[in-house]
Amino acid sequence: MHIPDGFLDAKTAAATGALAIAGLGAALRQARLRLPARRVPLLGLSAAFVFAAQMINFPVVGGTSGHLIGGVLTAALLGPGAAVIVISAVLIVQAFLFADGGITALGGNVFNMALIGAVGGWAVYHLLSLAIKGLPGRLLAALLAGWTGTVLASIACAGELATSGTIDAASVFPTMIGVHMVIGIGEGLITALALAAIARVRPELLGLSGHEFPVAPVPSQPSAPTCPPNAFRRAVAREPVGSLVVFGLLISLGLAWFVAPFACPWPDGLEKVAETLGFGQKEAEHRAVPAPAPDYKMPGIRSEGVAASVAGTAGTILVFGLAWGLAGVLVHKSTRRRPPSDPPRENPL
Amino acid sequence: MRADFLDRHSRLDSPIHRLPAGVKLIAAVTLATAAVAIPRSQALWLAVLSAPPLIVAAVSRVPWKFLAGRMLLLEPLVIAMAALLLLQPDGGRAFLFLLARTSLCLFTMILLAGTTPFDDLLQVLRKLRVPALLVTTLALMYRYLFVLIDESQRMKRARMSRTFVNRRTRSWRVSATIIGLLFLRASERAERIYDAMCARGWR
Repeated sequence: MHIPDGFLDAKTAAATGALAIAGLGAALRQARLRLPARRVPLLGLSAAFVFAAQMINFPVVGGTSGHLIGGVLTAALLGPGAAVIVISAVLIVQAFLFADGGITALGGNVFNMALIGAVGGWAVYHLLSLAIKGLPGRLLAALLAGWTGTVLASIACAGELATSGTIDAASVFPTMIGVHMVIGIGEGLITALALAAIARVRPELLGLSGHEFPVAPVPSQPSAPTCPPNAFRRAVAREPVGSLVVFGLLISLGLAWFVAPFACPWPDGLEKVAETLGFGQKEAEHRAVPAPAPDYKMPGIRSEGVAASVAGTAGTILVFGLAWGLAGVLVHKSTRRRPPSDPPRENPL
Repeated sequence: MRADFLDRHSRLDSPIHRLPAGVKLIAAVTLATAAVAIPRSQALWLAVLSAPPLIVAAVSRVPWKFLAGRMLLLEPLVIAMAALLLLQPDGGRAFLFLLARTSLCLFTMILLAGTTPFDDLLQVLRKLRVPALLVTTLALMYRYLFVLIDESQRMKRARMSRTFVNRRTRSWRVSATIIGLLFLRASERAERIYDAMCARGWR
């Protein structure tokens, strides 16, 4: 899914670049404020791990092979903020060192794979593992999250290619999404299998206590974990709401800009019924308030696609602002948690 | 180190290798941006733009075999994506143009990586005020990339020497287990690295 140079035009490259910088910047800021110094090397090592893991081949039908992408696996182990940094680092190194993924398309690749793929997949993983407790829940969640993350990223990628005018929307969307619906199955399976292997040895990394396991944890570990159980997860994986909100906003903005203009032009269910029963006309005559952007097209903009993009983006910001304001009113002040202060750095000497 | 084929020629000695990394980075990014900005009607400009990288490649003494090999490795991905253009009417010319443009950018970036050590690029990023945490992450990633690739290959070899079964389901489970254990080893290594960094006066 690495977009090479030349596939994104200037405006799409700039827009995805801005979204990627905003997302990576938010993740880095959060990590600088909250990540204990002891965990800083873990980011670099995790990035090297994702790169090495991508080189392990999995045989698929007849001679072909696939590999892990690793966004959801990283997000499940380290949390979404750290995963954004780790996957971005992987993409930057791949672009500069191996020319895998273009330099002008780096923003698009970071947005697709680090923000949409990893954070979007993590959201599915998190919600599902809240719903189903224990190891089976985690593994099922990882399976579905791996698939969803891959497919979501491919939708965004197809949207960017179509917005750039490189490839027709009619051919890029079905092909791109169809292929990644198959690739996603492999990604989900590998993610779940790898998490199962980790859970057998260090269940606390998945936020599980050892008792839930039928298999006893491996007893002899010469370089025993130096942190107490759960400290790892506490330090890395608990995600502040603030950065999640930023990621969510950026993802919806990107989808509104790149994907919404290509949504199906056919009338939706209600419109179809209205047409059939003939009250569509009546509704238009009796509109109480004139719509600011009729049919999701911004008035005064000539190009149809751009008009839909602008209307979608403006709508996203508006709805987001309303939801944010409502949440501020509805959530009682005392229930908001104050962020815990940084643990003091341990002096190794 | 078995994976040194990934980054073998960036420390050769030539006039190009001795140039400051910032100059090479800016030149490569400018060239790629210019190539992306060329419209399809002006396709001849691509030929003009492809002259500088070819000259640089000749001066830099990076083996042609390496450059061509890396191109061949990456072209299939590009062709697969560009082949979507062939599905639409009169897509043939657009396909060829896109392929030429992307190959030019690809060659430029391979040449940049082949003539500039990654540490020097990181120094440039640091000067450009890229957040220190990201630069540290990139530096550690580059440093331990080869170590972890070696480690995963050792684990795979050990596993292969102990098992005769090669069914697909089995090999998926084995490879996924290797990935899981690789992460655990990486996170334990990170602990040791932190202690070592502190012992050397980090921060």
